[in-house]
Amino acid sequence: MSLIAAEAGNGQRAAVAELREVTRRFGRRTVLDRLTLRVGRGELFGLLGPSGSGKTTLIKLITGIDKADGGTVELLGERMPKLSMFRRFGYMAQSDALYNELTAKENLLFFASLYGLKGVKRSERIQAAAAVVDLLDHLEKPVAAFSGGMKRRLSLAIALLHEPELLVLDEPTVGIDPVLRRSIWQELLRWRDSGTTIILTTHVMDEAEHCDRIGLIRDGRLTAVGSPGELKARAGAQTIEEAFILLGGGDRT
Amino acid sequence: MRTRALAVRIIRQFIRDKRTLALLFAAPLLVLTLVHFVFNGQTVKPHIGTVQVPAPLTERLEQAGADVRSFDTAEQAEAEMRKGKLDAIVSVRGGVPSILLEGSDPSVSKAALLAIQQTVQSVAGGAGVQPAVSYMYGKESLTSFDSFGPVLIGFFSFFFVFLLAGVAFLRERTTGTLERLLATPIRRTELVAGYLSGFGLFALLQAALIAWFAVDVLGLYMEGSIWLVLLVNLLLTMTALTLGTLLSSFAGNEFQIIQFIPVVIVPQFFFSGLFNLDAMEPWLQNVSYVMPLYYGADALRGIMIRGEGLGDIWADVLVLLGFSAAFALLNVLALKKQRPI
Repeated sequence: MSLIAAEAGNGQRAAVAELREVTRRFGRRTVLDRLTLRVGRGELFGLLGPSGSGKTTLIKLITGIDKADGGTVELLGERMPKLSMFRRFGYMAQSDALYNELTAKENLLFFASLYGLKGVKRSERIQAAAAVVDLLDHLEKPVAAFSGGMKRRLSLAIALLHEPELLVLDEPTVGIDPVLRRSIWQELLRWRDSGTTIILTTHVMDEAEHCDRIGLIRDGRLTAVGSPGELKARAGAQTIEEAFILLGGGDRT
Repeated sequence: MRTRALAVRIIRQFIRDKRTLALLFAAPLLVLTLVHFVFNGQTVKPHIGTVQVPAPLTERLEQAGADVRSFDTAEQAEAEMRKGKLDAIVSVRGGVPSILLEGSDPSVSKAALLAIQQTVQSVAGGAGVQPAVSYMYGKESLTSFDSFGPVLIGFFSFFFVFLLAGVAFLRERTTGTLERLLATPIRRTELVAGYLSGFGLFALLQAALIAWFAVDVLGLYMEGSIWLVLLVNLLLTMTALTLGTLLSSFAGNEFQIIQFIPVVIVPQFFFSGLFNLDAMEPWLQNVSYVMPLYYGADALRGIMIRGEGLGDIWADVLVLLGFSAAFALLNVLALKKQRPI
């Protein structure tokens, strides 16, 4: 707990997401247990943890798709969940939620319209988002003909359509080959540098090295929060993986 | 060994899937029970009105098992027939008995006609008195298909739209696109309205095609307005659409949507008026009032066989609108399960 307290000072920047004592239960199972977290503006924040640790549940609470049983979630200063907040962030779900019968462009058109984009502006944004993920040449193809990596990129493009100030990405690089993973990370870092706040989840340890700060999550609790360097130093470890095992409660070793 | 492993696996899966198991055993019993009540109920009494006929004839009709009511004028009797209370009217004109049949259901008409003819013959002492027969609706050549047809049009529209909408909405949920959709600023009401308009277009096209094919190609008897038929069919499919999407929230996969057929669709078929509801126990007849298809079929029959206008079927139209609105509202509420706001 002292580790988390020490990190509270890191949020000198205005908070984008502020979670206090958040608890979420499904039936008798407690998936998130009094979790407190603050993500500052312009940060690239990674939630690192094994599958089933509560990462996706946490993401759903931050975005307002789900509601906490206890505690409070604030996003960009607004108490969540709130309908109008859905236009303030771009979201990419863990599974590629795309319409396979439609072309990439039709998928982009559909989601752009849901975000209230229309006319010339909509066409511009579709072209721009497709260019970022390198799908311009494949816009007219039905998604059913896409490879796994192309679907992932299209999902990312959808998250970027309305130029959100915050990106919430659930496992953006899962199932993607190393080359594509690197190019996606280059994009993420570029957006971070241009001022976009990014919250993402991952269970790939070496990806965490790219984040400004990492939250280690295990069994519904944040076991440590800090920059990759800080966490390694604190654990006296060489790698994030070692730090994760040492700081995350060595109950599995 | 391997066969056994496979058999054991299938048995385990069955035991795990309680709903399928319940359906496997309970659904046939439910459907059989329905069939039992529909076909093994009370005998149907022809409802016959008499206009100033000799008392002996009335008595004989009653003895023949008919439900007989006497009227002073033909107008009064015909008014009752228009309300659907009489199957036949017997009057005597110039010494010759004349029979007016309601005519929308050939089997009912035949039963009434038979009872009357036998009675008239016996009263007249077997002499060659041929009663003059006329029809209020339909005609003598009205076939069983003409009588079922309107109900079948409604039934098939309902059935296919229900399945289609249920599976489509289920897929939206299981492929994750519903969750993705709900991570955008869309309102739950907008989502339901979108589904209604998108599917509504195809439901309307389907209704138009079915009606056109039945009337123009198959020669189904058609007395009323085709536009009213389309209106009623559209409302019926809207009910099917909203009910299908609503029930899909309670299904985990396509198979479980199919399982709704014996529970939701088959009972409606039995209560749609395809089988004579008068033959059922009175308490059971009331069940038809909660079946959307009953109202749709009633309106379609009215329009197509009796040439009824909007003024005659407005109650059915309102009930169908009410069903659609109620199911749509429940859909909006059920979506709360996916997103709390």
